[in-house]
Amino acid sequence: MTTTTPATRRARRWRAVLWGVLGLVALAAVWELYKLVGPADGWLIGAREGVTGSGIRLLPRTSDQAMPHTWEMLARAATPVTRAPGALPLGVVVLLAALVSLGIAALGWLVGVVVGFALALLMLGFRIAERAVLPFVILSQTVPLIALAPLIRNWGSRLEFGAFSWESWMSVVIIASYLAFFPVAVGALRGLQSPEAADLDLMRSYAAGWWTTLFRLRLPASVPFLIPALRLAAANAVVGTVVAEISVGFSGGIGRLILETAVAASSDPAKPWSPILGAVLLGLVAAGFVALLAAFLSPFRRQETAA
Amino acid sequence: MMRNRIIAGAAAAAATALVLAGCTSGGTDTDDATDGGDGELTPVTLQLQWLTQAQFGGYYLAQANGYWEDLGLDVEIIPGAVDIVPQDVLAAGDVDFAIAWVPKALASIEAGANITNIAQIFERSGTLQVAWADSGIEGPADLSNKQVGSWGFGNEWELFAGLTEANASGYTIVQQNFDMNALLNREIDAAQAMTYNEYAQLLEAVNPETGELYQPEDFSVIDWNEVGTSMLQDAIWANTERLESDEEYADTAVKLIQGAILGWIDQRDDPQAAADAVTAAGSTLGTSHQLWMANEINKLIWPSTDGIGHINEIAWDATVEMALGTKNQDGAQVITTDPPDTAYTNEYVDQALENLEADGVDILGADYEPIEVTLEEGGN
Repeated sequence: MTTTTPATRRARRWRAVLWGVLGLVALAAVWELYKLVGPADGWLIGAREGVTGSGIRLLPRTSDQAMPHTWEMLARAATPVTRAPGALPLGVVVLLAALVSLGIAALGWLVGVVVGFALALLMLGFRIAERAVLPFVILSQTVPLIALAPLIRNWGSRLEFGAFSWESWMSVVIIASYLAFFPVAVGALRGLQSPEAADLDLMRSYAAGWWTTLFRLRLPASVPFLIPALRLAAANAVVGTVVAEISVGFSGGIGRLILETAVAASSDPAKPWSPILGAVLLGLVAAGFVALLAAFLSPFRRQETAA
Repeated sequence: MMRNRIIAGAAAAAATALVLAGCTSGGTDTDDATDGGDGELTPVTLQLQWLTQAQFGGYYLAQANGYWEDLGLDVEIIPGAVDIVPQDVLAAGDVDFAIAWVPKALASIEAGANITNIAQIFERSGTLQVAWADSGIEGPADLSNKQVGSWGFGNEWELFAGLTEANASGYTIVQQNFDMNALLNREIDAAQAMTYNEYAQLLEAVNPETGELYQPEDFSVIDWNEVGTSMLQDAIWANTERLESDEEYADTAVKLIQGAILGWIDQRDDPQAAADAVTAAGSTLGTSHQLWMANEINKLIWPSTDGIGHINEIAWDATVEMALGTKNQDGAQVITTDPPDTAYTNEYVDQALENLEADGVDILGADYEPIEVTLEEGGN
């Protein structure tokens, strides 16, 4: 490990922030550049004269309706969402909704990680479980979300015991976790199975039991596999949350806001972009959390140097 | 490394806080629902077919003005979503009452849903087919060989009834989005639009040629009410079995209708109040758009021929007949056999109307006049 002073470390961090900001600026520049040089009506091939809607679109439109200027989006985000007295700026409404969705996605992620890890342990412990469960784990991800969402809502609403009653946000959590558990189950299993036979033999020669082997060898060895799995799970949880909100009717989150502002696409084109950018921000924050988690896990990441 | 731990610890704490925030923000609904009833009120759930907006203003006004509470009901209004089919949610027993269009509900009834129309709130249809004024499209017959936009999912039946009646042919049905860009960009020749929503979206958009908003003269409109293929739309549906077997539920049905009618009367007399009520309930639609919607919805209800909510037998039979005789682009029909007698009843709405008339409430709105709404750019 090279020695670093706090000053150079700080400089490196600032550089990372700077690059991040530059990336955003570059993205906005690309948008504006295409808007400037691209044809206003896009580019169609095979369009027949007088036949509406014929031809295949190869380049998107650049009109203000299809691609509002980046500064118009920012200006729209700063103006109140409606003219009702006390209405918050659109950007604030978006951020609040994103926060609600983040909480739900985090819960979904947590449930997904716990379930995924438990499944991985089960499959590790019982060979027969791996053969029986793994195909279903993979199969589970081929069920389209739009088919699943109403079912989960339907089953959930039948659950009622005592003071507990099913809320629509719970359906959203379940759907988010349904997408999140998959990479964790597969990644964790790969990781837990990653120690080589020689290492396992060594543990055996110490007369270490299954649990000791798990904690001393398999879990640390799984970390390099687990971190990308957790990151994938976070991305899946965010996507699952946004889609499920639209699908099952949970209000207050960013998905619902995307649906609600979509109707303004013709008349107030900058408005629908705010919640879309909010969803992007949500994904970035979720990825950031996992990066922090990875930093926390890295000390456990023991890698053997090749002899 | 120590530093990393601290950061990670802080991150974990922040994540937990967010999770908790998520829980509480989702959980407040329950608190409201349970705290609202002080043990005396009957809890009732009402499933809407779409997001909170002035299309459902009467229900939100009934709630905001305490009409249901006065009648002993604690009504929870559940907004719809993309994959929520209200009449199916109702048939599954997940809610007590639901708002749905008649043809869609008829299809569900034929598929086995045991539900009954207990109040036909909207007397007229709000569905239009809109084309450019210079397109030469004046009626359904002109849609032959054209690209015709439609949302599908049961929203297309009036269009197909009109096309069938006019013997139109060679048209292509194009799946339409939530916005009107396809028509504005001339990707389709005619777009489906509700008077209270998508038609307003057109009039809120800037015409790039003039720099001003588009005007009604820029478009030609096919109104299915005028063509004669309109079908019944927003109605309150109830669970048939519970109506028959559960006296308290039947009593609740009357009260639900009665309170809702009072809300709709408030919307008639003050559309701005309806727009404000739905905005307060969380709608983010623009202020002028919301008022436009409240006003256009009023036109679908008022003046009422038989008293708001009363199901007109002739209109019902016409809808059923068209549902039996119309095929869509896939050759599917709404229904293939006559619906059962339980598909609608005036028993509860007439009771509610009688109660209201006894209180001197104007249930006809014979001298109703719509207001003038000026749409702003973007509906703001």
